[in-house]
Amino acid sequence: MRAAFLPRRGYAAVSRWFLAAALAGLLVADLQVTTLHPFADLARLLGGLIRPDFLAVEGWSVVATVASAMLGVGLGAGTGLLLAIPFARSRTVRLACAGIRAVHELFWALLLMQVFGLSATTGVLAIALPYAGICAKVYAELIEEADLAAIRTLPAGTGAVSAFLYARLPEVAGRMRDYTLYRLECGLRSSLVLGFIGLPTLGFAFESAFRQGRYAEAGALLLIFYVLIGSRRLWVRARTVPVLLVGAALALPPSIGSAAIGPSLARFLGHDIVPAPLRGAALAEPETWARLWAWLRPILTEQVLPGTAQTLVLAQIALAATALGALALFPLTARRFAGPVGRPLGRVLLVVVRSTPEYMLAYLGLQLLGPSMLPAILALALHNAGIVAYLMGRHADAIPYRADAPRGLDLYAYETVPRLYGQFLAYLLYRWELILRESTIFGILGVTTLGFYVDAAISELRLDVAALLIAATALVTVAVDAFSRGLRRSLRIDALPTRLSGPQPITGAEAADG
Amino acid sequence: MRGAGLWGRLALGACAALAAAGPALSQERGQEGRAVPPLVFTGIPDQDESRLVERFGKVAVYLEAQLGVPVRYVPVKSYPAAVTAFTNGQVQLAWFGGFTGVQARKAVPGSQAIAQGAEDAAFKTYVIANAATGLKRGPDFPKDIQDKTFTFGARASTSGRLMPEYFIRQAFPGKAPEQVFARVGFSGDHTRTIQLVQSGAFAAGAVDYSVWDLDTKAGKVDRQAVSVIWESPTFPDYQWTVRGDVEQTYGAGFTERLRSALTGITDPAILEPFGRSAFIPVTNAAYEPLVAVGRSTGLLD
Repeated sequence: MRAAFLPRRGYAAVSRWFLAAALAGLLVADLQVTTLHPFADLARLLGGLIRPDFLAVEGWSVVATVASAMLGVGLGAGTGLLLAIPFARSRTVRLACAGIRAVHELFWALLLMQVFGLSATTGVLAIALPYAGICAKVYAELIEEADLAAIRTLPAGTGAVSAFLYARLPEVAGRMRDYTLYRLECGLRSSLVLGFIGLPTLGFAFESAFRQGRYAEAGALLLIFYVLIGSRRLWVRARTVPVLLVGAALALPPSIGSAAIGPSLARFLGHDIVPAPLRGAALAEPETWARLWAWLRPILTEQVLPGTAQTLVLAQIALAATALGALALFPLTARRFAGPVGRPLGRVLLVVVRSTPEYMLAYLGLQLLGPSMLPAILALALHNAGIVAYLMGRHADAIPYRADAPRGLDLYAYETVPRLYGQFLAYLLYRWELILRESTIFGILGVTTLGFYVDAAISELRLDVAALLIAATALVTVAVDAFSRGLRRSLRIDALPTRLSGPQPITGAEAADG
Repeated sequence: MRGAGLWGRLALGACAALAAAGPALSQERGQEGRAVPPLVFTGIPDQDESRLVERFGKVAVYLEAQLGVPVRYVPVKSYPAAVTAFTNGQVQLAWFGGFTGVQARKAVPGSQAIAQGAEDAAFKTYVIANAATGLKRGPDFPKDIQDKTFTFGARASTSGRLMPEYFIRQAFPGKAPEQVFARVGFSGDHTRTIQLVQSGAFAAGAVDYSVWDLDTKAGKVDRQAVSVIWESPTFPDYQWTVRGDVEQTYGAGFTERLRSALTGITDPAILEPFGRSAFIPVTNAAYEPLVAVGRSTGLLD
């Protein structure tokens, strides 16, 4: 990419560094295809999508998926709203929110399962905890961005809660609603993915069907999921939400058997996640701390460091692949490039791609290609390129072009991409953290990222090690988030929209779309 | 004003969500409060799920008739999930592998191994290899598999991980499996191990001999593509393990009643999906050798 091609020097430098890091990552990444007939299996799965067997689908798994998502997001968004009020002022709240949202839903579920068993409570809380952290941050940002005119008219001595309710909230309610409804779509994806570790959602049935080669059933489950996501705007509306929440609470299937929550919680907090050398040890003894170091050192050198390195490598390659994919795909959804016929088709394609949870794509990829980084990269790049390309397409349509603007490749290379490049980088840097968070979890599927070691620790019932590794994933995620934020600030693209549900450029055509 | 109405509704929704977590919890408590709570059991998901559903469905019906208490089976997706369900009390009884049983009894003091399959007293691991490797069956551990790719079963499997890792470490002193093989994988279950080696995705693998026999009999194995190249020495494996607190819930002597119900199974329709000829009484002591092996391979503290 030539420097002259881009409007600001910093853009070119950052792009080059990121691309170079990804290429360096490719040198060390394990990209081997270990299965011999990947395309035969893929063909069978596609055959299942063409001839789905809807009768084989257990209806309860659909209900459980929707119900867990509704309750998890409802609880998370409710808590997030409460936390958003002190968010800007309290460093403790900000740190706590960063911590809980940096841990992936699947890791939360693996920990919660120790206490609450394979139950609806585990599923709902696994979604609610990270979503509370995310919602608190986003709601707080929306409040920050809001117009302050109303606040200034309040009489002196108005309490913080009154000020919030009467002057701030009405300003931001609409955007909060949009964001919360979008979160429900994410909640559906999370809920599906929780099935892969044993909660009775669509993912449970999909994993069973796929593993045993019942591709017609797997195809039917996938199609049902796409319909759920695709029709979200029809059935998730501000006025249906209370009905859905109450319905979800009533419809949630009771779990079989019940965990003894009190004793389990006491054992989990008081014994299981306490580092083994500290359990019942005299904390004043220096020898205890020597033993702790002897315990900690091999975990750091043999698990945390290599796991973190692999996680960063995977995320870096996936980020670069996302960038290239998004640049290649966004014209499909832009009017000037795809035309009036191609554009709706392009949008459908990208919506399908982005609706598929990365974890499920990676699961399919790993079954088809074998346990290497290649399927993980493909899964992350497909999902995220779908999202970024979709958003870029909307921006491309909003650009006011001159009447004598060039066409085709010239327009793309010399006008559209250069004018959108800052926005493009803002999206990518924002998604970096999300890609990284997802990369850690792919270890459960067999890629040697941090999640691989978490999975091993849980198999060996070493929950202290698992908790330490999960804390490491959170730290790495928070660090990358901070770095990405700093980079966006120095490139002066930190004020550009980054959220999928954020303010969108509105054009005549968009407004007509409704 | 529209915003205020909306927020009223959303606040209502949030309350509903909070209220929902309540019923979810109280439902679980409610079951404990009933006169006879169901006896819930699980099993490690060591092979094809359809076979698991078949075998445990039949056991549930049989035990319910024998014991006079409701019996439910809860499926899990992984070996550690079975152990977790046992330690947090969601299940009271479980069909564990040798190693998961050791893990579970270590975590739940007072729990007991009560019955094992007649075949489990002297269980075996098969090392299998793809025909393309040219490896032939022999009496000693096949050292030629060095530097090939190798897949274990689940990480916490006895015949698919613990014992094969132990034999590998004996055959290649001072080396971990990752240093012996070009690539090490964990397939997740024995059926999948056979499929992966048969398809050539991995050159060799370690598999539970009873699953190999069941799958061979069911015609799921292509004998031209994959074969057994080594049969391990014997070790104790699968067993039914029960929590100590069932005596309080279902009355004194329940453990013994459960043991005699299991060892009294003669119906081939129940035993056949297990690949076992009968269940026989067993005690925790029978699994001491696995504790030692677990410690020596570093999988157990």
